[in-house]
Amino acid sequence: MSTPVGWAGLAVSLLLVAVAAGISWWQQLGLHRQIVIAAARALAQLLLVGVALTLVISPGRPIWWSWLWVAAMLGYAATVARRRAPEVPHLLPLALASFTAAAVVTLGVLFGLHVFPLTGRTLVPIAGMMVGNSMTATVLAGRRLTDELRDKRDEVEARLALGQPSRQAAAPYVRAALRAALSPQIETTKATGLVFLPGAMTGLILAGTAPLQAVLVQAVVMFLVLAATATTTVVIALGLIRRLFTPDHRLVHLPTPADH
Amino acid sequence: MGERQAVAFEFERVTVLRAGRRVLDEVTAGIPAAGITVVSGPSGAGKTTLLRLCNRLAVPDAGRVRYRGQPLDELDPLVLRRRVGMVFQRPAPFPGSVADNLAVARPDVGAAELGTALKRVALDPGLLGQEARTLSGGELQRMCLARTLVTQPETLLLDEPTSALDEQPKRVFEDTARDLAAQGITLIWVTHDDAQAARVADRIYELRDGHLTGTPTEEAKP
Repeated sequence: MSTPVGWAGLAVSLLLVAVAAGISWWQQLGLHRQIVIAAARALAQLLLVGVALTLVISPGRPIWWSWLWVAAMLGYAATVARRRAPEVPHLLPLALASFTAAAVVTLGVLFGLHVFPLTGRTLVPIAGMMVGNSMTATVLAGRRLTDELRDKRDEVEARLALGQPSRQAAAPYVRAALRAALSPQIETTKATGLVFLPGAMTGLILAGTAPLQAVLVQAVVMFLVLAATATTTVVIALGLIRRLFTPDHRLVHLPTPADH
Repeated sequence: MGERQAVAFEFERVTVLRAGRRVLDEVTAGIPAAGITVVSGPSGAGKTTLLRLCNRLAVPDAGRVRYRGQPLDELDPLVLRRRVGMVFQRPAPFPGSVADNLAVARPDVGAAELGTALKRVALDPGLLGQEARTLSGGELQRMCLARTLVTQPETLLLDEPTSALDEQPKRVFEDTARDLAAQGITLIWVTHDDAQAARVADRIYELRDGHLTGTPTEEAKP
């Protein structure tokens, strides 16, 4: 497949960056420097990834290079989740576990049932979509559950004092956290195609794929993201419950975000 | 049921630390099973901590607590918490109706038993269908007491349960508690209201600077 954008095309597209910077300069926003730096940085990062991906998924390269790439993505995403929600205890190992679970489920279905052929060219981008969306859902679910248990400590302890086991006492707050983390994804899924054209489909169409073919791939990607976010959030929530309660069903002390 | 033992809780050199401070400092005491034992003392003296040790919402950093002769750490905490109920300072209603709240500990319980639980705390069984969060402060606190009674506890821990109530609902709560004590339930009541302590207590212990005084055990100490 020939790509419609060449180096010359890329250079011309920099005019669009110039438009954004020009608007900043004209309206005295003081952002033109940042716009240029952001565009340059994004281009450099993308080129670097492009070169690395070319090496990893080039034909003939053993597939374990791609698996290594996926593992590195999982690890990096877990550290980013930890940094974004420092108030959530034990988030790093939990995020790693949840991304791994989501990977097993989603990659298992897509490759195990031959929706896509297992090659570096399919594995790396699909895992990337899965990890990116799971990371956002992880931060949302972890933060919401920790907030709920801290803010409603009186209620949780009243349930424990009635003899409810910790899993049961935490269930209403787990449900609230899961709903909060999954709802945005459900809304996005509902609006797809009507309100916006998703990235994967747009990219495929631009690259010359027939629209219907692009739609099929996009639909699979959306279902992948739904399953990945659901799996990630449930693993995070149940894992957190195990760590926020002691084995003898006491709720541990939860510091407020301001303490971090 | 076997013969009732004279002591409900025994504290054996119990120490609790919070942020380096000794909230309870080697407390050794026994709390009798009969009647209402009031634990009084200034705010921050560790009264709530002492109560929370009794149903294992907290555990001591050192020492041991026994309930009716058995060390707490050898009892299943879920079973213990049904035998030893607790009413907190701030009522914490769960979402839903009064009936929903009462059934949290025992979802299989019938409407008749829920009505009886409300009557025991001087609430009208007609309130069962009402949204719990619409009750007045006094009614809400008594609903929380009824919610605890549904587990048929032998002992009740009351953590300043009337501190947010006006005089009239406070007196109703006190009368209800006295009735429960007369029915054979052990009550341990934490309060810093001396007048209330005098009204309800069969005995008063004072918690000050991490030490419990006024108990027979403490008095017998050299």
